[in-house]
Amino acid sequence: MIDGGFWSMGGYARYVWPCIGFACVVLAWNLWSARRFYAAARVRAIRALAMKDSP
Amino acid sequence: MWTWFYRLASPPYVYRVTALLAPWFLGFAAMAIGYGLIDGLVFAPRDYQQGDAFRIIYVHAPSAWLSLFSYTSMAIAGAIGLIWRIKMGHAVAAASAPIGASFTLLALVTGSLWGKPMWGTYWAWDPRLTSELILLFLYIGVISLRPAFEDPGRGDRAAALLAIVGVVNVPIIHYSVLWWNSLHQGATVAKIGKPSMPGSMLWPLLSMLLGFMLFYGAVLCMRLRGEVLNRERQATWVREAIKS
Repeated sequence: MIDGGFWSMGGYARYVWPCIGFACVVLAWNLWSARRFYAAARVRAIRALAMKDSP
Repeated sequence: MWTWFYRLASPPYVYRVTALLAPWFLGFAAMAIGYGLIDGLVFAPRDYQQGDAFRIIYVHAPSAWLSLFSYTSMAIAGAIGLIWRIKMGHAVAAASAPIGASFTLLALVTGSLWGKPMWGTYWAWDPRLTSELILLFLYIGVISLRPAFEDPGRGDRAAALLAIVGVVNVPIIHYSVLWWNSLHQGATVAKIGKPSMPGSMLWPLLSMLLGFMLFYGAVLCMRLRGEVLNRERQATWVREAIKS
């Protein structure tokens, strides 16, 4: 099923594949940035709690 | 019903529930997107007019739909935060904005790449394209406005107000193809009566729509946990929550 015709997308490969690629980048970026955002918030919360505990 | 609604206003409850929901949403999103992409790119038949270029619809339409859904959710959450003074409303709005902005950008880029072979140009100042670009600017405005205030409460309220005012753009985007002469095609799936697509093309599209929605749910849960921690870091429940 996946032959040369599939990859060439009937001559529209230069439009179709960048769209799929960019969609993958956006999905990956969303996951990465959400994880990073949560991790940074967690670190800030731990620091805030440590400051609260310190005499 | 109201008990459930009021529970959503509780930061510890939201923090706990979003931790449970995110992996499920993400797992089902991966399945729906995986099926939709394989079926749409490999098995769906070629369009008789657009050839294989029509396959761009499998990423373009779900991202465009999500850009509108995310903005509407952000405006509703902002309104809940403003009217009932529920902090979680502002947290949901803040978590939703970057996700919606990224999918608006995706809709614009994929639309532009689809436009070149079909219309002969990457960009035209067409009502649908222009109103979608305005949506991206609104997202950027909402994201930038929140940290522009020293008082986070004022930042939340200003961002919510902009989101609510900007929601007028959502029906404009949706109906622009009917109200004005547009290069953009009309509704394909959400047509009253019958969608103008055969099932072999429609099912992968619906699967991608569902997958993108579930993905939005997963990322929203993950971002919302960060928002809750940022806003509640002085609260005593956070200590227990972080340990677990």
